[in-house]
Amino acid sequence: MSESEKPVSLQSYFRLCGVVFFVVLCTTSAMIATSFAHIGDGWTLKVALILAIAVVNAFLVAGFLMHLLSEKKLIFTVLIFTVFFFAGLMGLTMWAMSDFPTGTAIH
Amino acid sequence: MEIPYTVQNRPDTGLYNAKLGIWLFLASEVMLFGGLFSAYVLLRVGAEPGMWPHGWLNVTLGTINTLLLALSAITTLLAWAACKVRDFTKFKIFHACTILLALTFLGIKSYEYHDKLIHYEIKLNNGTFADGHLVEKSKDFDLAKKTGTVTLHGRIVTDEKDLMDLRSPEAKAAKLGEVTVAATDIKSMGNYGPRHNTFTAIYFTLTGLHALHILGGTIVIFYMWAFGGSMWKTDPERFTNRIEVSGLFWHFVDLVWIFLFPVLYLT
Repeated sequence: MSESEKPVSLQSYFRLCGVVFFVVLCTTSAMIATSFAHIGDGWTLKVALILAIAVVNAFLVAGFLMHLLSEKKLIFTVLIFTVFFFAGLMGLTMWAMSDFPTGTAIH
Repeated sequence: MEIPYTVQNRPDTGLYNAKLGIWLFLASEVMLFGGLFSAYVLLRVGAEPGMWPHGWLNVTLGTINTLLLALSAITTLLAWAACKVRDFTKFKIFHACTILLALTFLGIKSYEYHDKLIHYEIKLNNGTFADGHLVEKSKDFDLAKKTGTVTLHGRIVTDEKDLMDLRSPEAKAAKLGEVTVAATDIKSMGNYGPRHNTFTAIYFTLTGLHALHILGGTIVIFYMWAFGGSMWKTDPERFTNRIEVSGLFWHFVDLVWIFLFPVLYLT
């Protein structure tokens, strides 16, 4: 049974939302603190850490607010395809990063 | 003729049609924003050393907007839960909050855009750069005819790279003041609009598209908030499903911002 088909209690949702908002506050603060902290020499490590925290934040929204944790298999199938193509899109971009057309000034 | 599966789940999918439809739509939206995020990565990694901006955006305003969207996602969920327990009054209250939070978000975003559009970088004939927010242009100011003066609240730097990292100790220590430049001394002049550089181009594109999604979602939510009463009386289950579907879209918009905020404001 997906979340939208279960009996709903408004009080339980108040509690859930309170917890989610508190964690969002914490993760947002953690991202800002990481951004201004002196970590490593460049931005690479900072960016990786900040994006990792953002993924936690996104998991909360998708998992609990969008009820993805208790959704039907079909929706997961759709999302697996999406993740595959999204990963392909980003992966191909990264892969082609150092490719310059032959004869260009940089090459 | 009645539209099938607006309330009941289809036996083959186990979902009502609108729910499957919105998830398919959101999947396509992931690819839309994904394409722009990959463009961002390409532009950032391809930038010359020291030429990718840091600290150009107001982190306080970005944080406020992050919390506003998180709160609006919560009020959206509570509006749906209120429909589930058949409490239309609470639905109206929660969704009124969602609309107000969304409009506040857009107001702050507009302020940020305005701040960028009145921020100018002027390349001077002597090779230096005047940079700052526009205070005034003299009445006879005309760049083409080389007449008049322009006054900025900012500073003059010798290297354009000095304008890129506003979090550097040098940038923080820089004293800002009024700088008046004669049109005859100006080689080129432009604001921090989308054409300024690749950062502002991708910033305006990503946040502009996101703001359009916020606007569209707000219109849909407002429509159901203002005119949903009649369907609520005749078919509350179907109305509740509509609220769930619009809520899923709204949460997606929040999800996009969760990545836009750190990528643009914090890194």
